[in-house]
Parts: sequence; structure tokens; C-alpha cells
Amino acid sequence: MYAIIQATHLSKVYRTGAVETVALADVSFEINKGEFVAIMGPSGSGKSTLMHILGALDTPTNGEYVLDGQSVSKLNDDELAEIRNKKIGFVFQSFNLLPRRTALQNVMLPMTYADIPKEGRLEKAKKYLKMVGLEDRMEHTSNQLSGGQQQRVAIARGLAMNPAILLADEPTGNIASVQAEEIMAIFQNLNEEGHTIVMITHELDIAKHAKRIIHIKDGKVVGDGNGHKRRKVKK
Amino acid sequence: MEIISEAVQTLTINKLRTGLATLGIVIGIGSVIALVSLGQASQQAVQSQIQSLGSNLLTVQPAGQNQGGVRGAAGGGTTLTMEDAEAIKNSPQITTINKVSPEYSSRTQVTTGRANTNTQIMGVTPTYADIRKVTMAQGNFISEQQVNSIAKVAVLGPTVVTNLFDEGVSPIGQTVRISGQTFIIIGITTSKGGTGFQNQDDVVWVPLTTAQKQLFGADHLTSIALEAKSGDVMVDAQNEVGYLLLARHKLNDPAQANFSIFNQQDILNTVNQVTGTFTTLLAGVAAISLLVGGIGIMNIMLVTVTERTREIGLRKALGAKKKVIITQFLIESIILTFAGGIIGIGVGIFASFLITNFTNSPFVISPNSILLAFLVSAGIGILFGWYPAQKAANLQPIEALRYE
Repeated sequence: MYAIIQATHLSKVYRTGAVETVALADVSFEINKGEFVAIMGPSGSGKSTLMHILGALDTPTNGEYVLDGQSVSKLNDDELAEIRNKKIGFVFQSFNLLPRRTALQNVMLPMTYADIPKEGRLEKAKKYLKMVGLEDRMEHTSNQLSGGQQQRVAIARGLAMNPAILLADEPTGNIASVQAEEIMAIFQNLNEEGHTIVMITHELDIAKHAKRIIHIKDGKVVGDGNGHKRRKVKK
Repeated sequence: MEIISEAVQTLTINKLRTGLATLGIVIGIGSVIALVSLGQASQQAVQSQIQSLGSNLLTVQPAGQNQGGVRGAAGGGTTLTMEDAEAIKNSPQITTINKVSPEYSSRTQVTTGRANTNTQIMGVTPTYADIRKVTMAQGNFISEQQVNSIAKVAVLGPTVVTNLFDEGVSPIGQTVRISGQTFIIIGITTSKGGTGFQNQDDVVWVPLTTAQKQLFGADHLTSIALEAKSGDVMVDAQNEVGYLLLARHKLNDPAQANFSIFNQQDILNTVNQVTGTFTTLLAGVAAISLLVGGIGIMNIMLVTVTERTREIGLRKALGAKKKVIITQFLIESIILTFAGGIIGIGVGIFASFLITNFTNSPFVISPNSILLAFLVSAGIGILFGWYPAQKAANLQPIEALRYE
């Protein structure tokens, strides 16, 4: 199996004046291509920090993070931007679509940053919107769409660059439960088609849709196993 | 192209704010254009008035005379003679002078039966009309024959006509009394529109010989007007005439010259300098309002960056590099100032059209000031958009995405 994510001894320390806060302490794991992994933990456990590092939005204080064969730990802002653009598809809790723009325009956004010509962008955007079941909503602006529909647009946007991983941060946190099930179904379908999905959540019901759950507490991995039978990590 | 249409789309979301931000630039650019054109119009008006007095013109005047240590006013001396004028005309040393107009002028009372006026009497030869660009509204100017025969004929300027005659009455063929002697009016000149102490319309012209012998009993000249062959030889002409007259007056040292030579070009240059300064001053005042407009743009862009923190965070998360964010915000501010600039140019042209219409001055719009306005407005967009754009580009995506 090809390890698409290799996290080795990752740590993140925030300094506020003389006070040091350890958000991540020596976290190591691997995620293989084609996996559907949920990262679970209570608030303050460091899962958001881990998500920022995995999403190349932030760099670790120590340790090594290799994404799809490329080391991400020591890159500058613009290099990180390029990694995010090419290798990571984001799905945020609050959708983060551009207001007053159509679903198509939103899905095309990451492709404009990769300088993909307009025709190619349009074609791909249509394809991915179809994939998430929004072929009849392509020209709707984001404020004309329900929460679940907006999140589906966001998923299509995440897929637009055909990234190495799809990184979802509490993807159902702002969505009614019926629609949340639909979103999870989409993730499971995408996973069956071969997409690698990493999902951060604090809800066990949602995490159970994943094939593997990594538990984080106090900045450490405290459990790693498949969705139903989790096992303790031996120290 | 796409990035521009995207920026326009963003700017149209808040039309009122966009409009107000643009208004500052409109007023700034508009006032620069209007005031510069106003300055240039007045410059042209003064220039054309000076040029209407004659082109490539040199004037020789006697220096003030020293009498018991008191130096008189320039032009008050009696050192210039008809022989000097003849010499300038005929000397083989003079190669750059086309035409010579000897003149004798003095002020005196001119009367008709009912009205009278105090005006300038100029004794001239026909060359005068040539050199000084005098054109006739009615009748003829002084002729060679009238100069030779010391004829008592007079040509009146339009101001003199208004002062002496009722409207609708043609003065041609009528008589005026100058210093108690009767002159027949043979012509009226067209107006030159001069004002003040050198009013070119408030003059009575008579034959030179008549002025010297019949009216004032003098045999010197008060000035000799010279026309150089071209504008390029003005300095040569000035030197040639100067040395000729020095020799004729038996003077060795130019510092002792009992005459002075004025160059029309010198006067024109001085006037240009003065009106140029005036124009620059006006433009400077207008530039301040442009600066204020620019600060308005910066203010709006800073508000926009704060408002759109989340959007910027998202764009960065999706892979926008710093350069892309900077470009996006710079283009927005440039579009603001550029639109303001274009509207401002329109407003400025319209305003200067109104002003020149009111003041009856020539309507001048220099392509230079329009080009400058374009560049300046784009420049202001970059200058005042740079800091907000930098601020946007340096936002950290995590912080920006969390911003509420």
C-alpha cells in the first residue's frame, strides 16, 4: 500500500509570551491511499491543529509531514499554497463558499489558481457538480442553496483539482441530520471510487462512516482502529 | 480579463460605497483638468494679445537723459533721430532686419465739436501698420504720400471713436481737432482688445512728419520698431542694431548706451513664465484634492480587506498565492481610480468648457494633461491600493478562516 500521508513525530507548540501551550505532542501515523479515516477527539484535543498541519495551512514545530511523497514541514507560504491547491481538497464546517457566486464559479475557483484554461475548468466543474447530484443547481448562487447543497458544492470544489486527499473538517457540523446522512453517503461513494478521505469530527455517529478512526486526546494519538472495533495503541 | 471582470463584479456589490470612493478621484482629476486648462487658456490669451502687437518685434527707445545727475524715465530722451532709422534700414551691416518703423508718440487732447478725450497721438509711416499688425475696419491707414506732404489726416482707434462719436455715425471724412489743428479722419482700425495703460485701441495715428513738425515741434523719435527676418535671429538683430547705433552715437562702451532695445520675445518669455507659474499653482491646489481622493480609496480598500477576511482566508486555503491576492486587490483599487479618472476627465473638460464660455477665453484642453490624468489615476490606485493589498496577502489562512 502507498502511504499518502506520513506523519512522523509531529508536534506543535504555541508560544504566548512566556507561556507555552503544547497542542500536539509527538504524533505519528500513516494513511494509505484509498483509506477513509476519521480523526476524532474532544475539543481542545489538538485535532484542529492536526487538521491545519495535514491541510498544509500550518507547519509543525517539530517532526516530519510527507504528503504524497513531498515533505511539507519546511515550506514557505507560497509553496504551502501550491501544495494546498494541487494535493488537498478542503471541505469546511461552514462551507466557505464565495457569496453571490454561482455553484459553478465556486467549483472553478481552485482551478483558476492552477491556471487551468477556462473551457477545461467549466467542463470539470460540471462533471464534479454532477457527481454530487447538483446538475440542476449549477447556476444557483450560494445563498440560494440549502446547507446540505452548499456542502455538496464545497465537496465538488474539493474534488476539482483531483487532489491526493480530501480533508473534511466537521463536514456535517452545520447541517441538519437528514442532509448529513446524504453528505456522508457522498463521502463513502467517493471513497469506494478510490478517493482518500480524512475527516475531522467529534461526533461518533459521523466518525462511524469512516473505515478507520484515529482518536486524539491532549495532543496525542490515544487510539487507532477500524470504525467499530477500535483498539488501544500500545505504548 | 477574467480577473478584471471578477473585480468589477465585486465592486458592483456595494454600489454606493464604490460610487463615493470614486467620487473623490472624480473631483480630484476633474479639478486638475479644469484648472490646468484654465491656466493654459489665460496663458494663450495673453500670448495671442502680445503676438498681435507684432511678431519678431524689436523696439528701440532712447534712454532716459541725465540732467544734473537725475536720470529721466526710459523713452524720455531725444537721442533717436530719423537718420538713425534710415541708417538701420540702409546700412550694409544690418542683415537681419526686414522692416523699420520710426515713431513719434505723445499724449494730447483730441476734440470734436461736442466731445473730447485725452489720448495717445502716434506719428508713424505706412510700415507701422505692417510691423504692428494693424488692420483697418474702415478707410485706409497713413500713406507714404501723406507722410511726405505732412498731411493733416488721422486714423482713429475704436476706443477713440466710441469716446468722440455717437453710435451709428461714420466718422470717416469728418474732422477732429488735435492741439487746435483740424485733421480729416481717413480710417478706423479694428479692435485689438488691449486693456490698461497700453490700450492699443485708444490711439490716434497721424503721419510721422505731421506729428513732429505740426503738432509737437520735435525732430527726434520716441521709438523705432523693427521687424527681424525670423524669430531665430532676434538676438543677432539686437546686436547688429545695438552696435550700429553705438557707432552712430559715437559711444565706445555699451554700458553708456543712450538707447535701449526691447525684444518682443523677452516680454513673451516673461509672461509665459508668470502664467506658467500660475498654472502650476492651480494644478498644485487641485492635486491636493486628488491626494485626498486617493486617501479615500485607501480607506475603502482597508475596510474591504477587513470585511472580506474570510474570503481571503478561503482563497489562500484553496491555493491562492500572495501575488494573486495582491493582484486581485490592486486591480480593484485601480479600477476604482481609473473609472474615477475617466469620469473626472469628462467632468474637467465640461467644467473648463463652462468656465471659458463664461470668461470668453479660448477653450484649451491639452492632450498632455489628459494623458497625465490617466496615468496619475492609475498610479493612485497602485499607490493607495498597495498597503491594503499587502495586508490582505499577508493574512494567515487559519486566522482568516476563523474570523467572524
